[in-house]
Amino acid sequence: MTPALAPTDAAAQRSVIDGRADRGFRWLVTAAGVFVLLSLLGAAFSMFWGGREAFATFGLKFLYTDVWDPVNHQFGALVPIYGTLVTALIAMLIAVPVSFGIALFLTEVAPPWLRTPVGSAIELLAGIPSIIYGMWGLFVFVPVMGTHIIPFLSAHLGNLPLVGTLFSGPPLGIGMLTAGIVLAIMVIPFIASVMREVFLTVPTRLKESAYALGSSTWEVAWDIVLPYTRSAVIGGVFLGLGRALGETMAVTFVLGNAHQLTASLLMPGNSIAATIANEFTEADSEIYLSSLVALGFLLFIVTFIVLAIAKLMLMRLARREGQA
Amino acid sequence: MTLSTTLRAAAFGLATLAGASAAQAADITGAGSTFVYPILSKWSADYSTKTGNKINYQSIGSGGGIAQIKAGTVDFGASDKPLNSDELAQAGLGQFPVVIGGVVPVVNVKGVEAGKIAFTGPLLADIFMGKIKKWNDPAIAAVNAGLTLPEGNITVVHRSDGSGTSFNFTNYLSKVSPEWKEKIGEGTAVQWPAGVGGKGNEGVAAYVKQITGSIGYVELSYALQNKMAYGAMQNAAGKSVQPSLKSFQAAAASADWKNAKDFNLVVTNAPGDESWPITASVFVMMYKQPKDAARSKAALDFFKWSLENGQKQAEELDYVPLPVDLVQQIEAYWAAQIKL
Repeated sequence: MTPALAPTDAAAQRSVIDGRADRGFRWLVTAAGVFVLLSLLGAAFSMFWGGREAFATFGLKFLYTDVWDPVNHQFGALVPIYGTLVTALIAMLIAVPVSFGIALFLTEVAPPWLRTPVGSAIELLAGIPSIIYGMWGLFVFVPVMGTHIIPFLSAHLGNLPLVGTLFSGPPLGIGMLTAGIVLAIMVIPFIASVMREVFLTVPTRLKESAYALGSSTWEVAWDIVLPYTRSAVIGGVFLGLGRALGETMAVTFVLGNAHQLTASLLMPGNSIAATIANEFTEADSEIYLSSLVALGFLLFIVTFIVLAIAKLMLMRLARREGQA
Repeated sequence: MTLSTTLRAAAFGLATLAGASAAQAADITGAGSTFVYPILSKWSADYSTKTGNKINYQSIGSGGGIAQIKAGTVDFGASDKPLNSDELAQAGLGQFPVVIGGVVPVVNVKGVEAGKIAFTGPLLADIFMGKIKKWNDPAIAAVNAGLTLPEGNITVVHRSDGSGTSFNFTNYLSKVSPEWKEKIGEGTAVQWPAGVGGKGNEGVAAYVKQITGSIGYVELSYALQNKMAYGAMQNAAGKSVQPSLKSFQAAAASADWKNAKDFNLVVTNAPGDESWPITASVFVMMYKQPKDAARSKAALDFFKWSLENGQKQAEELDYVPLPVDLVQQIEAYWAAQIKL
């Protein structure tokens, strides 16, 4: 009797221990999840608190006025918000197609011996500090923009209706277009390496079936690989977008840091992160400092809104897919 | 034997103790102006090899320096912008200048070499306000007879970060142009009506070198190191002067320090035939009744040594040492104001 009971006892005891360990583990991972949430809320709240004086003084005007006058203590965030959005948009317009091309090349087209070295090269690019991109941008890329690309753009696009205003102005070399291009080069490694990883997860038999039905490489990529990996690809694009919105050092070097609102992409502008980095050390009045912290809070909000819009688009896309 | 060992041990213990407390008292901390950092670190290195006392200076910017000394976290703060007597009295601080430098306009115009182009104060104000847009404008030609200037656009380059260099430059423009004073004013950061912003002296220098037709302002050493085309200026006496240690020193000497309470004086637009008009001084702020008198005394010893023996190092780094009578005036101020 007793020998028969012993194993049951042991099993019961074990299940108790297991249950305890399970609960412990559950608490541990929940704490990790809550920690992220708390630090996010904490960061948002402390920035809002730091910026409360600016919000109280200028109210909603802080969002849509373009004045930035430290002498008379008048601040408005329109120019930095505009510059942040425009440079990030230019960056994504360039980076997404190029990254898609890189990832496709690496997974579908390149000979196998080339895939590993090019793949590692992209990951190495992702590890370069942003100040290096900034200095490269200022000392190498800006002269090229100023002497070749911008004169070409103003000559050929500057006189067109509507588009012309985007490409008019003196060939400074620095400005929102240059900043957007440097940002694109910086985010390409992030987006491309994510895309490459997820493209590799597409089952070979799906692709081979399509090839067997007579599809071209492009058709396989567009109709099989991309739909299969869509949400992960968009995740990679978000990652790049987040970096483009918040990038500081490289942008500061090539953006021109001028608090002026211009329609032309060739003219200097300012971004939220660059403004904070530039002016924080010498912000010598309370309201100045508060306005800079308020800018930080706005960057938070801008990033949140942009990501929310992207998420909404994704849901729309999924619903349409379901109907079709 | 035992006695002598005990004595020796005790003596050794005392010596270590004394050494430790002396080292603690001597580790002076300061924070502030980035402009003064190169010369302060040179002085402190020399002072440290001479006396063994270390100075730990953080170049976090003038605004940060003022905030830190007001919070009492450092022994001295350094700022490019002097505080007025009321503000000093409120915080219980004393203030004195330590070194002088100069801001020069630099240009990147085809065919213009260093020192060959000249500006007046109002002309510089109009250019930086974006009112004069072309290099061949008659107003520029009027003070540059014999110099052929191209037709190109002027691109203004200013500082994007808050800076004592900007403060001295805009302070000068406010003194010479009523319109500048009314519309823009003076400050470490202002609302620039035109142009692009570079981060730091090196950022402005890099932008000016890269943009044809640009004009900016940097400290003299950056203009010399980067071999940039700097401009001559017409000073308050109506004479055209070249930027040099000599003309900076003339400005420092001609400034009316005697009547400036707490040395609250910005030496821009100084009188005198030889004076460079955009001359800048760096101020050090210390508590008049410090909590830790030993540390403040160590800091004053350091500045006394630097002002009396550090002229050569200053000139090597393109700063202007203070004139002898100003140094005497500062030492009298210490004796009268700072209670140790």
